[in-house]
Amino acid sequence: MAKYKGNRIAPKNFDRGQIKIYIILLPLVLFMLLPIVFIVCHAFKPMEELFAFPPRFIVSNPTLDNFKTLFKSARTAAIPLSTYVFNSLIVTLIVVGVGVIISTMAGYALSKLKFKLRGVIFEINQAALMFVPAAVMIPRFLIINGLGITNTYWAHILPLLAMPVSLFLIKQFIDGVPDTLIEAAVVDGATQFMVYRKIIIPLIKPAIATGVILSFQQVWGYLDSSNLYVSTDSMKTLAFYMTTLANANNIVAGQGVAAAASLIMFIPNLVLFIILQKDVMNTMAHSGIK
Amino acid sequence: MKTNKATPYIFLLPYAVLFIVFIIVPIIIAIGLSFTNYDALQTPGFVGVLNYINLFTRDSIFMQYVLPNTVVYSLIVGPGGYILAFLLAWAIAQLTRIPRTILALILYSPSLTAGTAMQVLWKIIFSGDRMGYVNAYLIEWGLINEPIVFFVSANYMLPIMILVGLWSSMGVGFLGMLAGIMNANDELYEAGAIDGIKNRMQELIYITIPTMKPQMLFGAVMAIVNTFNNGGIGVQLSGSNPTPGYAGQVIVNHIEDYGFIRFEMGYAAAVSVALLLIIFLFSKVANKLFVEKD
Repeated sequence: MAKYKGNRIAPKNFDRGQIKIYIILLPLVLFMLLPIVFIVCHAFKPMEELFAFPPRFIVSNPTLDNFKTLFKSARTAAIPLSTYVFNSLIVTLIVVGVGVIISTMAGYALSKLKFKLRGVIFEINQAALMFVPAAVMIPRFLIINGLGITNTYWAHILPLLAMPVSLFLIKQFIDGVPDTLIEAAVVDGATQFMVYRKIIIPLIKPAIATGVILSFQQVWGYLDSSNLYVSTDSMKTLAFYMTTLANANNIVAGQGVAAAASLIMFIPNLVLFIILQKDVMNTMAHSGIK
Repeated sequence: MKTNKATPYIFLLPYAVLFIVFIIVPIIIAIGLSFTNYDALQTPGFVGVLNYINLFTRDSIFMQYVLPNTVVYSLIVGPGGYILAFLLAWAIAQLTRIPRTILALILYSPSLTAGTAMQVLWKIIFSGDRMGYVNAYLIEWGLINEPIVFFVSANYMLPIMILVGLWSSMGVGFLGMLAGIMNANDELYEAGAIDGIKNRMQELIYITIPTMKPQMLFGAVMAIVNTFNNGGIGVQLSGSNPTPGYAGQVIVNHIEDYGFIRFEMGYAAAVSVALLLIIFLFSKVANKLFVEKD
């Protein structure tokens, strides 16, 4: 009988058996990583390196020229860059903030309160995990028209607030909060709202962090609203402006600016994930669909 | 515990209203509109199943390009990306903490580029002149003499889309499966060793997968959503809808083409319903595979 050497998952120490895993992973990791390294390098390439033939992958004399050009072209445009930044910040803050509040509230009700439709509502939300917004862009357009919110911030905000995957993960996480804590508080005279605010919210920080990340990823790069629901240029978002920069000129010089623009869109996502990754992994442990 | 009967509904209300208005009602409207000839100007008239008949008998673009492209793309990127995500999650779970965290971040970051960055990045790499990176390397290595115009050529569009799709498929589902594997119950593995499990492969098949079926299903659902959400990348890369020669046209682009370019919204709604049915079918299969009936 083989001697049990301990679980191979999440080992504490390095052993030789892991070398083959590294060897198998190497080409795949390179395939995933190189495009990212490339776009970062490209954004910092000076003009002569962008025009170099044959093109070089790695930047040798990094400069901020592309970013400067980007800000300059924004300054000469009819609408200053700050308008787009402002629009995006407002929209992102509201979507992330309100989105998390409504998901945690709904998650609390679905997890801890007993009522008739609980099972059905949770099932419906679970089915909506596979909802693909692109499939209903026409009806959404008609609804936004019907509500009379075209050309307002509402058109950026409202369609993104209800996020089934966020509610699902938060609800699953709240399931892990012991009922006894809530019962004790209720015995002491706490209302359901106080329980939600004083017990649930502090205990589900990881799930909230995950909700924040998922909702941020969605709203920060969201283009549909600027493309379809908002026609006034000064009401559009940074993501939209960055995409127009990326599309405007396909010539090589414009590529540097496009790469700079795409970094500006990508980096906040990455940084937020790095900061919150522990919480996200903690929440994901409850992600199973039964 | 005493609860006021209305309390749960008050907690649910804000989410429920937005969920109904922007998810449920759009689906109902799509189904309703698909039986009309709505063109965004006149009041829609009821035309029965005409749109569906046209979709399958008259729309040669749909049958010849859009449907096959969608099927090929989603069958490769959906299950392919999913299996890749699972195997990578499993592989990095066998490593010590610091390399595992770094590798998870590297694998996850492509999915963070969705949108602008993804479009810019791959456009530059596959740019259709000598300055394009892939072209430059292929020329340097003597594999081709003339640059390939990737986004115009019918032969390359779909494979590039599939490549980009696979590249960006380590998303939330990947993280969920990684967490599922990490949560492994030590006793099960010990019992497995006593029962004669010798290597990582046997561990994977007899212990890891059976214990994390719920996470596998979550990963599968996320893979499906990801596949259909990012499927429209062809239009972003080529910069035109329809994509040149319809080589990269998938259902999402077809909906946009009919809905917002030709304003045949009734017809576009029928295409939407077809897409929703395809997604539903995929998730049914995923459910069959991973839900334990007991």
